[in-house]
Amino acid sequence: MAQHTSHSNGAGGNHGHSEESHGHGSLKSYVIGFVLSIILTIIPLVVIMNDMLQGKAALIVLLGTAILQFLVQLLFFMHLNEENKPRYNLMTLLMGILIAGTIVAGSIWIMTYNAVAT
Amino acid sequence: MAHVKNHAHSQAQGHDDHHDGHVDQESLRRFGFWIFLITDVILFATLFATYIVLRNNTNGGPTGAELIEMPGIIASTFILLTSSFTSGLAVLSMNKGNLKGLIGWLAVTVLLGASFIALEVNEFVHLVHEGATISTSAFWSGFFTLVGTHGLHVSIGLVWMIGLMIQLKRHGINNITKRKVDVISLYWHFLDVVWIFVFTFVYLMGVM
Repeated sequence: MAQHTSHSNGAGGNHGHSEESHGHGSLKSYVIGFVLSIILTIIPLVVIMNDMLQGKAALIVLLGTAILQFLVQLLFFMHLNEENKPRYNLMTLLMGILIAGTIVAGSIWIMTYNAVAT
Repeated sequence: MAHVKNHAHSQAQGHDDHHDGHVDQESLRRFGFWIFLITDVILFATLFATYIVLRNNTNGGPTGAELIEMPGIIASTFILLTSSFTSGLAVLSMNKGNLKGLIGWLAVTVLLGASFIALEVNEFVHLVHEGATISTSAFWSGFFTLVGTHGLHVSIGLVWMIGLMIQLKRHGINNITKRKVDVISLYWHFLDVVWIFVFTFVYLMGVM
């Protein structure tokens, strides 16, 4: 089985790095992911609560940090980058994001001139 | 090396080198759960779309910016982030064959999840007392449906995780319980991702 071969290869080549086993992540990757996710939560929080940015700039910071946070969770916690080929998990995720994006962006677009103004 | 030990361990228990079908079944089940998560993404997308479209339809009643109290929200955000991390540590313990560590980290995750839910219930009670119920306006309907659906997911996850801890105590770590732990940790990370977007779109943008 392909998975087994790659596992034993990895074991042979990785002597000495006891925590660097692939396929299920390591303590290091979880800690890095956790620290990054904390930082990416604090940035928008500080920006918004102190009114440091308004309007479009604030929106860009908010969306940017949210998307980065999403990527951190995917890579460091869900280990999407460690998937073997063919990457069905990635493909279904992209499909889901496409549908989700269409629903959200499409609804906003359709309803823009029908929404109650602030 | 952790992995080699772990591999030998699973060989001893399941002889998976001789029954490749077993391994494939479990990885197929993991993938099946992943597809469920993607459909859940779509469910949340519709709720987000509804919330965003109706964000100004407050019907002359209270707005989010007036009633939302950020300290509790900030606390629950960090609690959920930490619980996502501890559920990862549970998987890490499992891969080392450490049953006690696995159950311990799952217990920490359950406690953090329960405090998240407690904070959320507290927030909803506060909102209702201030006169913002699900039927107050289209905005509050969207708000309670979106945030409540996420809270419901977390609550289901808590029950599920407690059930899994009992199973782990009885059966230990084998190929099947391994898959179950992998799947629930995926579910938990997913709920954290959804919360990040709730936090950004509902709370941060709401008070902006």
